[in-house]
Amino acid sequence: MNKTTNHRAWFLVLPVLVLVAFSAVIPLMTVVNYSVQDTFGNNEFFWAGLEWFEDVLSSERIRDAFLRQILFSAIILAIEIPLGIVVAVNMPKKGVWSSVCLILMALPLLIPWNVVGTIWQVFGRVDIGLLGHTLAALGIDYNYTRDVEDAWITVVVMDVWHWTSLVALLCFAGLKSIPDAYYQAAKIDSASRWKVFRYIELPKMQGVLLIAVLLRFMDSFMIYTEPFVVTGGGPGNATTFLSIDLVKMAIGQFDLGPAAAFSIVYFLIILLFSYVFYTVMKTLEKAEGK
Amino acid sequence: MTLVLEGASKVVDGEVWIHPTDLTLAKGTMNVLLGPTLSGKTSLMRLMAGLDQPSEGRILWEGEDVTGRRVQDRKVAMVYQQFINYPAMTVYENIASPLRVAGVPKAEIDARVREAAALMKLNERQLTRKPLELSGGQQQRCALARALVKNAGLVLLDEPLANLDYKLREELRAEIPKIFEASGAIFVYATTEPHEALLLGGNTVCLWQGRVSQFGPTPQVYRRPADATTARVFSDPPMNFLAAEKRGDRLHYGAGESVEATGPLAGLPDGPLQLGFRPDHLHIARPVEHALAFHAKVAVTEITGSETFVHLDHGADRWVALVHGVHPLRYGAPAEIYVDPAHVYVFGPDERLIAAASYASAA
Amino acid sequence: MARITLKDLAHSYSPNPQSPSDWQLKPTLNHEWVDGAAYALLGPSGCGKSTLLNIISGLLRPSQGRILFGDTDVTDLPTAARDIAQVFQFPVVYDTMTVYDNLAFPLRNKGADADYVDRRVRAIAAMIGMEDVLKRKARGLTADAKQKISLGRGMVRENVNAILFDEPLTVIDPHMKWELRTQLKALHEEFGHTMIYVTHDQTEALTFADHVVVMSEGEVVQIGTPEELFERPAHTFVGYFIGSPGMNLLPASIDGAMATVEGAQVPLAARYPGGQGLEIGVRPEFTRLVEGEAGLPVEITRIEDVGRHKIIRTRFHDREINVLSPEGAPVPEGARRVVFEPSRVNVYRDGWRIAGEGQA
Repeated sequence: MNKTTNHRAWFLVLPVLVLVAFSAVIPLMTVVNYSVQDTFGNNEFFWAGLEWFEDVLSSERIRDAFLRQILFSAIILAIEIPLGIVVAVNMPKKGVWSSVCLILMALPLLIPWNVVGTIWQVFGRVDIGLLGHTLAALGIDYNYTRDVEDAWITVVVMDVWHWTSLVALLCFAGLKSIPDAYYQAAKIDSASRWKVFRYIELPKMQGVLLIAVLLRFMDSFMIYTEPFVVTGGGPGNATTFLSIDLVKMAIGQFDLGPAAAFSIVYFLIILLFSYVFYTVMKTLEKAEGK
Repeated sequence: MTLVLEGASKVVDGEVWIHPTDLTLAKGTMNVLLGPTLSGKTSLMRLMAGLDQPSEGRILWEGEDVTGRRVQDRKVAMVYQQFINYPAMTVYENIASPLRVAGVPKAEIDARVREAAALMKLNERQLTRKPLELSGGQQQRCALARALVKNAGLVLLDEPLANLDYKLREELRAEIPKIFEASGAIFVYATTEPHEALLLGGNTVCLWQGRVSQFGPTPQVYRRPADATTARVFSDPPMNFLAAEKRGDRLHYGAGESVEATGPLAGLPDGPLQLGFRPDHLHIARPVEHALAFHAKVAVTEITGSETFVHLDHGADRWVALVHGVHPLRYGAPAEIYVDPAHVYVFGPDERLIAAASYASAA
Repeated sequence: MARITLKDLAHSYSPNPQSPSDWQLKPTLNHEWVDGAAYALLGPSGCGKSTLLNIISGLLRPSQGRILFGDTDVTDLPTAARDIAQVFQFPVVYDTMTVYDNLAFPLRNKGADADYVDRRVRAIAAMIGMEDVLKRKARGLTADAKQKISLGRGMVRENVNAILFDEPLTVIDPHMKWELRTQLKALHEEFGHTMIYVTHDQTEALTFADHVVVMSEGEVVQIGTPEELFERPAHTFVGYFIGSPGMNLLPASIDGAMATVEGAQVPLAARYPGGQGLEIGVRPEFTRLVEGEAGLPVEITRIEDVGRHKIIRTRFHDREINVLSPEGAPVPEGARRVVFEPSRVNVYRDGWRIAGEGQA
């Protein structure tokens, strides 16, 4: 057992570095490249400087999409986080029913995005969809392809249906780590259900909630497939979120330069938001400890 | 085989966990690390094992500098307070695992596993079970057997019995010196309990706030503590203290009270002192003619069946007397208590020992 | 405060228990526990002591039998309605609350007015020595401090039927153990609550309780004062479990006031009926190592100096006999026999103590 310290171990990490370079670094650099150049096809590029960035930042269309995106993420977080907590708190902690619940909860998470979109697209149709048809039969005027509010409601409900489980499962994991003695002590102290939640369950869920908020924020901020499949961004531009707009610009209009600038701005926004979220919540957590 | 710490210290985030420590542990010795929680027992063990690197100083193994060498490359075995075994393996496989890693031939593995298992009193049936199917005591035996089978030169036991029932602890505690004697390795055993240190014998390293306050043969550290800190740590129930000043042939204490400095105390120099005496040396009946006598008030009595712990308030001090027999004394009752001057330790204002209790040189 | 009555109590986690080992508490337990006394439930892991405690606190409903506080049947009452306090093995504190709010929590839940809460909290904080940290958040305190808060929360309500302790000093350092235990004891003497203390640690049980309930394998083996458990263990298990080291036990045959162990004679203080399955038990405290020809011939295997006395471990045939010798008393050179104090020898048949003629 006479080993010496050397740097041979780095060779073992090399494949990972190569993979990351091909899958992340090189595409990212391509985008950066596009964002500062203009092209008229034939692989001819011209230096464009920060022109595309100026365009993107002053574009009203993109600003609208950005505000829509913020609103969407805010609604999603405001619904999914509390709902996920409520579901987790009320899930059975032990026995067969616990397993059954866990499986049921996991189901929506296992369905691919475009399938979820398709399901809801059909589900909500007034002519053949169960939901749309039922609502129409009840005399409610519901049509997500025509009415802006209906379209929003459909997209939000769909996301809630798809992703609340994730929040619930994360919270459930946090709850499971609470020793029985805490609940017993609370019973003995005659604590109400609310106090048990407020002083035992919530503090113990803090860590996982931070992760849940981050994940759900990033995911919802980048949402593309589902609303695209259901509403195609409509009616009008009512559900055109940032990513949908970006794709329209890049693939639909083939404006590679502005699209590249757009994606870099987009990326930076998400990075910034996540960082701010994380820092704020970490500071809160620390302040609690003092 | 010796393990030497040369000025080894550990500083984490500007906080001193271990002050510079010099320590030499000789081959085939049992060394108890005695100190309360957070006194640095585990930190010191991690330095010895090579799990942590010292911030300063060196660690020598058989004269060779092993500072910075990884724990995997040293001959170290460690057992923790928690029962740590591989849950998916049988007890047999658990014990065999370090040998398999080392590539020992199969027949030898079998022989050594069985030898270690026999030493730890794990029977054939238990060897085929998974650790979690066994009781806590058996799980810890499995962990101990795994540590032993490695034939490591240094075996570190970090409060290995703390999570076990009192009686189980007693049984395993009696076995540990036996396995230690059979192995010839350096054993280091961390504990918070003075009683455990005494039972294990060997040497004791007394730790307090990251500093070694004393190192020596266990009974000697117990009977001749170098300072008040060691005396306090190595006494359960805690040692009783009295701040006094010697003037002439009397010891003055409290608000103008005094007692004659009899026996060995007569020869002490004048000045402020701290007297210390262990609970089993504080009596409610006069033990010798020239015993020091104090007036105190009974606070609480605890009866163990054959003995009584009498907790007393003496001025602002809380004292404990451990006396033979059953004495259900009333709360608040005045009590006359005595201590034989031969049982009194004297510490200076700097807490250093001035004079050990004279009985200790005889014992 | 109340007397606690256990009536035909039994508990099993399996719905229809078959073998005796299916019972966590074997049928049936009948005990009446005095109001205002301090009890300890003592036994090894898995002996049923925690099960019994949880039945009393209402966290567990017994499979059989009733439990009464005073004259009220509380078997079907939920924990919160039983008016008890409990302290757990590991500190349970509400991390996000201040120390003050932690202590006030049970009172506020019961709707006590703010003045009273403040008075009680300050009184308790003084008792557990935490007046200085009342404003601090409980998170980030040491285990010792957290457990003190748990103890304080257990004591804060004045009119409880009982205060239950489930191995509360496990995570506490030896020195702090003394302090906390004497505090508990002082509080008991001051307020006279009924206290039930579960532990595997004999020192804690004996020093804390007026009455120690020794349990083994789901049964109560003996209830007695520390003195009774020490001097007259009702079962060999009690003899072994209490005392450190435990009682020396030797299989013997008995004829009148003379026991014979492996051919050696041991005089007894009274006459006993003979028979099968007999053992004699003597505590190491009453066993002496002597020179000469009388007594059991032994071989010394190890001497442990534990400070205030020495434990001399000896071998007699294939059994261990332990001798306690006081500090400072030299082990006599050439002493190879042990003798017992006849009046301290207990006699057991099939594990249970039998009384000699004219004895209790």
